[in-house]
Amino acid sequence: MHLDVSTLHEPEGYLRYVRRKGLFLIGAGFCLVLLFLVALAVGSSFIPLPEVVAAFLSPSGEQASTIVLNIRLPRVLSAVIAGAGLAAAGVVMQSVLRNPLSSPYTLGVSHAAAFGAAFAITALGAGSISHLISDSMVVRNPYLVTICAFFGAMLATAGLLLVAKYRSSRPEVMILVGVALAALFTAGTTFLQYFSSADQIAAIVFWTFGDVGRATWSDLLLMLVVVLPSLGYFFFTRWDYNAIDAGDETAHSLGVNVEQVRTLAMLLSSLITAVVVSFLGIIGFIGLVSPHMMRRLVGCDQRYLLPASCIAGGILLLGADMVARLIIAPAVLPVGVLTAFLGAPLFIYLLIGRNVI
Amino acid sequence: MILDVAGLSFRYNGLKVLEDVEFRVNRQEILAILGPNGVGKTTLLRCINTLLRPHAGSILLDEQDLLSLGRDEVARLLAYVPQRGETGPILAFDAILLGRRPHIGWDVRREDIRKVQAIIEQLHIGHLSLRPINSMSGGELQKVLIARALVQEPGLLLLDEPTSSLDLKNQVEILAFLRMVVRAHSLTAILTMHDINLAIRFADQFLFLKEGMVYAAGTREIITPELIREVYGLPVTIAEVNGMPVVVPGPDQLHLPGTPHSLHDETV
Repeated sequence: MHLDVSTLHEPEGYLRYVRRKGLFLIGAGFCLVLLFLVALAVGSSFIPLPEVVAAFLSPSGEQASTIVLNIRLPRVLSAVIAGAGLAAAGVVMQSVLRNPLSSPYTLGVSHAAAFGAAFAITALGAGSISHLISDSMVVRNPYLVTICAFFGAMLATAGLLLVAKYRSSRPEVMILVGVALAALFTAGTTFLQYFSSADQIAAIVFWTFGDVGRATWSDLLLMLVVVLPSLGYFFFTRWDYNAIDAGDETAHSLGVNVEQVRTLAMLLSSLITAVVVSFLGIIGFIGLVSPHMMRRLVGCDQRYLLPASCIAGGILLLGADMVARLIIAPAVLPVGVLTAFLGAPLFIYLLIGRNVI
Repeated sequence: MILDVAGLSFRYNGLKVLEDVEFRVNRQEILAILGPNGVGKTTLLRCINTLLRPHAGSILLDEQDLLSLGRDEVARLLAYVPQRGETGPILAFDAILLGRRPHIGWDVRREDIRKVQAIIEQLHIGHLSLRPINSMSGGELQKVLIARALVQEPGLLLLDEPTSSLDLKNQVEILAFLRMVVRAHSLTAILTMHDINLAIRFADQFLFLKEGMVYAAGTREIITPELIREVYGLPVTIAEVNGMPVVVPGPDQLHLPGTPHSLHDETV
């Protein structure tokens, strides 16, 4: 059949609606940039915004410039990359598993990645404790740690996909499987601790609370190399997620290879979770909270929800880290503690409020 | 488009569901697939949709074998309207726009949006276009889902029980609407149905399935009391009301357990 579009009114109402969404995304992006600059400015010594901008435009050897570019920039960048990555993983998992409670953390994927990383560090000797920089663990072989974390995450993901395919993908079932997986892998990590040196135990325990201040420039680069193409792929397949949201059968009749899209989405989500956990530790709830906040504001259309969630994830993690840096200054609280305080109540609210399940 | 199905067989876990199904539908015709529950009506629809791969047989759409085409190619040739899709807080306009998915490259173009608007105007559902589909009634949602299928610009429409969740007025409205669309756009439509009388009013061709096989196929003339009794296992009479045949259970319905009459007898 062919549709004649020659005699037609423009769908003004709809075009206005689309423009509003576009403006919202631009506004949110602007907020993220602003917060990014503010995050570079605040800390144990305050650096005025003009000086922050100047440090970027003409890097000098001065102290302010060094603090901004060498100390705060890696931290702020990893918060944005990890926040955006975790949020994207959450929104995509929620779509392909058709389950609003999905996120790397609530389904146990983060814990599994942490186990994999802990395994690489303790059993394979990929990391050691450095006493030079306080409370920091030096990962000697970031690739090995990331690969092991990815295998851990994939193990959990495979379990989730199998249960969803052959048993039930009902939200309650998936969450319970997630709880079981989290418990299992946490036990595994504890098991590793039992055979570790005191230093290693201290590192692992500290590491279970994620902190964005750990990443070095090379870690950051590896994170970027994994997260950015994944986000690109997610955004490229946004119409497929929209189709899957409309039901598997509908998606198929629209030419979507549902199984393949679902598996690839889960795979990339696990990969994102794995790199973030390997370098920063477990940061919970960002992947759950950001999509839900944005769904209220921009709706369920993945064309807007996906980028909006990424921006929200960046803003949330960056904001949480700023609070974590200032709340007990000059000491710095791991941001994972804060996101848990923020996210756990929301998670319970989502569980109780039946309307979202 | 002309659909030609031949020798189609499908097994599920070794169990025969469809056996040597054969039929043909012409352009501008609506085919109703009829038969009792669990006889394989939806399975047949899913095979044509290539969601399920038949174990034998061919499905030709204008001489093109659907089973040898890629997903996107199939999606550009035929559209499927599910019984009731997943509904979220998505605007009807966006829900219909999703039908352009097989034609979309990187993103929707102005032309896609204009086509959605064209179909919305043709179907007179402009008042629904900016409403979320999860706040719609069954009839409104069904129209949106049909609009989504049409904006796919297919030659063949498949509908799985399009009237099962609708009230009387909406049933008639949706089917009249569908017939208008099929005639106006020179489409072919296949639908599964439970209501024989509704099918008689709106379909051109009828296909009765029994135990996974075609029991009878053809135009309205093939529908006789004997056929219905054989397929559904229920005695019926066929009366004529306003020139339309109407299938009524009976004449010996009083002997069926649980009919109002026998209940009345028991209470006396």
